[in-house]
Amino acid sequence: MSARRRLSLGERLVIAAPYLWIGAFFLAPMALIAKISVSQSVLARPPYRPIFEPSDSLAAIWAKAQTFTFDAYRALVSDTLYLESYLSSLTIAAISTLITLIIAYPFALAMARAPERLRPLLIGLAAAPFWTSFLIRVYAWIALLKDEGLINNALMALGLITAPLQMFATTGAVVVGIVYSYLPFMLLPLYAALERQDPSLREAAADLGASPAQVFLRVTLPLSREGVVAGALLVFIPAVGEFVIPDLLGGSETLMIGRTLWNDFFSNHDWPAASAAAIVLVAVLMIPLLLWERARLADEDDAR
Amino acid sequence: MSAPLLSIKSVSKKFGAVVALEDVSLDVGAGEFFALLGPSGCGKTTLMRCIAGFESPDAGTIALSGVDLSGVPPYRRPVNMMFQSYALFPHLNVFENIAFGLRRQGETRDAIDARVNELLAMTQLSAFGHRRIAELSGGQKQRVALARALAPRPKLLLLDEPLGALDRKLREETQFQLKEIQRLTQTSFVIVTHDQDEALALADRIAVMRAGRVEQIAGPMEIYDRPATRFVAGFVGETNFIEGRLDRNGAAALITEFGRIPCEPRNLPGGARATLSVRPERIGVARDGEGIAGVVEDFVFRGETTLLRVRVASNIVLRAAASHGERHAIGDSVRLSFPPGAGALLAEER
Repeated sequence: MSARRRLSLGERLVIAAPYLWIGAFFLAPMALIAKISVSQSVLARPPYRPIFEPSDSLAAIWAKAQTFTFDAYRALVSDTLYLESYLSSLTIAAISTLITLIIAYPFALAMARAPERLRPLLIGLAAAPFWTSFLIRVYAWIALLKDEGLINNALMALGLITAPLQMFATTGAVVVGIVYSYLPFMLLPLYAALERQDPSLREAAADLGASPAQVFLRVTLPLSREGVVAGALLVFIPAVGEFVIPDLLGGSETLMIGRTLWNDFFSNHDWPAASAAAIVLVAVLMIPLLLWERARLADEDDAR
Repeated sequence: MSAPLLSIKSVSKKFGAVVALEDVSLDVGAGEFFALLGPSGCGKTTLMRCIAGFESPDAGTIALSGVDLSGVPPYRRPVNMMFQSYALFPHLNVFENIAFGLRRQGETRDAIDARVNELLAMTQLSAFGHRRIAELSGGQKQRVALARALAPRPKLLLLDEPLGALDRKLREETQFQLKEIQRLTQTSFVIVTHDQDEALALADRIAVMRAGRVEQIAGPMEIYDRPATRFVAGFVGETNFIEGRLDRNGAAALITEFGRIPCEPRNLPGGARATLSVRPERIGVARDGEGIAGVVEDFVFRGETTLLRVRVASNIVLRAAASHGERHAIGDSVRLSFPPGAGALLAEER
């Protein structure tokens, strides 16, 4: 097949489909949010100006564009609430990602080393939580963690504690919720990476004098790097912007950017501020992706 | 051969109901090049994995320098293995692959550098130390695998189909290299192969295996010229099986439907039914004179020789190799002669 062969209409459509999808459902909404972020907040409906109309002349569009302002971005910098929300979100997401990794790795290893006929069942079990609504699962944690919840009641009944532990409405509860909810997203890429490892590599390492611990550290772990990174990104990125879990399980002291955004949109009706915060969040989340991509490209260059 | 380096005694191994090894005993001497030869599923790879420590025998013992290896994990055995797939570490470069075993032994940085460079030179890979594994050709990977397995100076090196993944031309070249490296390093090599030519070319001694058992252990010449069983004769090289009755009066010979063929009687009694294995190239082909009369049925030009199918009786066709330059046509009458010692009497099938 020649590389320069003309593509048929069908082939072009197939190739175009994902781009159209990204354009329609990611880039277009992002452009809207970017536009709102540079608009002015007003008491109206919708609560920002200017609003472009299809009937606008070019001159009118230009005149309206003159009113764009970066006030919302300035507010992001001057109001420490945003900076604190970002930092706190990143910290909570990073801690949760690390804990998820530590819990998921042995699970993924056990799945990958299980007899082949058991593996589909184990994958099914790992994905089983998805069969229940995410919201219900997070609510269930309230029942477990609250002062008169299952865990406190059990500990008191056993006489281990005399007063209920404050677990619900803490940052710790948010971390627990994130770890629990995102575990499958870490588990599955790790499993995929470990399952494809050639078992003879471990045998070769053992044959060359590596103890089981050394085989893990020198061969299994480095060769699962792609799975670790994929799982970490899949957990970390949504966890940073997570709204439901901190809202349901967190306390008033738990600052996360998702909640701050929500407040701006729905309580303060300050859409430009919320949009600016969202745009900055996307930019912040691009950083780990770009770093990973750069490391990957450097790797490939090395290989040349 | 003084005290053997590797001593395998009555080793048996089952996987579920499948018998992989049954009462296998053999010795490998220090500095010996030993081949385990057999078709796939004969147990040769299982035996190798038992020696390396990846499988443990159900019964019997494996001892190295007189020390029983049972219960010793692979990473504590002074035995290294070259894997059929090479099993090179894709995340490490050539140098680090070869250094892997040395680093586990906790050698000094200088000692590791010196040893790795020595092996890179021996395997003609000096320019490739910093290459990634993915950038190597098949032949280069094969040499890295060999160097990596040799690096920790094992007492015994196991090689699982080491030439299996190479193309024909490279394979022959590599056979010589392998033999030379074995001679230089004075290490005992145990090679597993299903390729009879490879075993004959490389090994000092060969154990031919079939269905978990050892059929014969002998040097390449003896395996080829004096196969002990029908299986060995058939598996190693081409042969004719000639049925008959042994006559021990005077010079021993096999009485067959088409004539008398001289042979060594071994320990069979006179009058016993026996099978003689005769290689095609050991049968003399002439247009006339002494010998057993036959008619050329068919021939195949092989370059060095021409393989003839000669009908010597209504139901018996023998294969004989005529040397280069002799021309035969279908339907030609020929005379086949059997020099003394041309064939080997086979033991009764078990």
